[in-house]
Amino acid sequence: MPGVDSTSESARAGAAGGVPAVEIDGLVKRYGSTTAVDGLTLSCARGAVTAILGPNGAGKTSTIEICEGFRRPDGGTVRVLGLDPADPALRPRLGIMPQTGGVPPAARAGEWLRVVSRFYAHPLDPDALLTLLGLDGHKRTPYRRLSGGQQQRLSLAAAVIGRPELVFLDEPTAGLDPQARHACWELITALRAAGVAVVLTTHQMDEAEKLSDHVAVIDHGRVVAEGTPESLTGAERQLRFRARPGLNLEELLAALPPGSAAKESPAGHYIIEGQVGPQLLATVTAWCATEGVTTEDLRIERRTLEDVFLELTGRELR
Amino acid sequence: MSTIATLDLTPRPGAAPLHRMVLAQAGAEIRAVLRNGEQLLLTMIIPVLLLVGFSAAPLVDIGGGPRVDFVAPGILALAVMSTAFTGQAIATGFERRYGVLKRLGATPLSRAGLLLAKTVAVVAVEALQVVVIVAVALALGWSPHGSPLWALPLLLLGTAAFSGLGLLMAGTLRAEATLAGANLVYLVLLGLGGVLFPLDKFPAGVQHVLGLLPISALTSGLRTVLGDGGGFPGGALLVLLCWTLAALALAARTFRWE
Repeated sequence: MPGVDSTSESARAGAAGGVPAVEIDGLVKRYGSTTAVDGLTLSCARGAVTAILGPNGAGKTSTIEICEGFRRPDGGTVRVLGLDPADPALRPRLGIMPQTGGVPPAARAGEWLRVVSRFYAHPLDPDALLTLLGLDGHKRTPYRRLSGGQQQRLSLAAAVIGRPELVFLDEPTAGLDPQARHACWELITALRAAGVAVVLTTHQMDEAEKLSDHVAVIDHGRVVAEGTPESLTGAERQLRFRARPGLNLEELLAALPPGSAAKESPAGHYIIEGQVGPQLLATVTAWCATEGVTTEDLRIERRTLEDVFLELTGRELR
Repeated sequence: MSTIATLDLTPRPGAAPLHRMVLAQAGAEIRAVLRNGEQLLLTMIIPVLLLVGFSAAPLVDIGGGPRVDFVAPGILALAVMSTAFTGQAIATGFERRYGVLKRLGATPLSRAGLLLAKTVAVVAVEALQVVVIVAVALALGWSPHGSPLWALPLLLLGTAAFSGLGLLMAGTLRAEATLAGANLVYLVLLGLGGVLFPLDKFPAGVQHVLGLLPISALTSGLRTVLGDGGGFPGGALLVLLCWTLAALALAARTFRWE
């Protein structure tokens, strides 16, 4: 998929100043005997959206908090806008949205955002930002009385109020209803268009797929795959269907053109990959008919990021 | 939600001038104190009630003279302790717990700027307390005999010492432990520091030890300069200076921001 990859490469090359927004090389972070980040290497371009995708405990928050200057690495190097993450000169240039909290529970939403805006030389208008994020009716509401989604949006507003070059968003849309999620996506898209680099963590595949220029899947503290959403999901299509478990796939494969692949995962769910087209579809249905197998939910589709993610990180819960 | 086009999101980073950041943060902290019922109880209502109660009723033997002359300087010291120590320790402890200190660390407001803002807020709240307490005391017939100018360095150094102790507590203990501990210390020092009960009622050996407490130094210093017309309160200032240096040095070494 070299054609798709070049978009992200050109986005990187077009970075203002030439330095990537974030450059992580061999990052290691341990907590006691647990290694949370284990030699992670990742580069995030300027003016682009980078999504860090990973299951719980994969090391996403540790990685992002090291970039934000909140934690120190145990090994490897991290440069943010070309500087050490602890460099105070970075503070006005970064916008940060922590996963939770950070706001005094009794502080009123509008007042608190206005106070934060006073820390910056050229802030956005707090009221306009609150309106954009659907919080204009809650300016006098104390933070603790806002819903979880409203708290998230206030935190997002504070991350962008200082007109930063780079924003770190740790699970920005967790717990948001669809309208609020859409408003956040709109803001993130607008930030990207304005030349702001965005680095976000998420569990949500559709979010990563829709928003990001570059996706890094991390697991056990390492990058296990990265690229554009398209390059990760691949151009090939798949044929999927459900049928009784335990079909003889060897036999089916013998009937298919060479280069095809078939698997059953989980039981009763079949995926055929290869030259997926009318011919293959006809062959599969004909084979099923001769075997007396009833197929359900037969469809042709592209792999989703979720498929890739589950393949890479496993299906077991943790 | 359609105003996105009107917002100019193009990067234009920059920190505001220090004074603007500090004043904004100090304003937020002052509003937080004045809107918080428990804080107001601690900083305004209890001191004023004690002032009125102990001035009006013969609850303690102060050995001659109008009772308000003895009580008012003690209440001023109590006001300083309630704001600089108890109130600040509890508020800062919970700010740490709720990730507020960490979040502020990600803004251009530096830690020094934050401490400066907290100091401005504490001094502003104390100024309000002093105005209210002095007004009530004067209404109760208080007639200060000394030079109020000497009270100023005592109040300021007392604030520094109690702030250091408050931050030491807030930066090392869990928020709940700070809440309990700061209130307990407040009560113990209120009882043992000569605020309402004269130190000379304690046994001689105990008196000397109690006299070295920051609250005792502040109380006795204020009584000397406001009641007895005394001059430079050197001993009291020295004790407060030692507490300030020790507490701030320890707090600087042990404070955990999250």
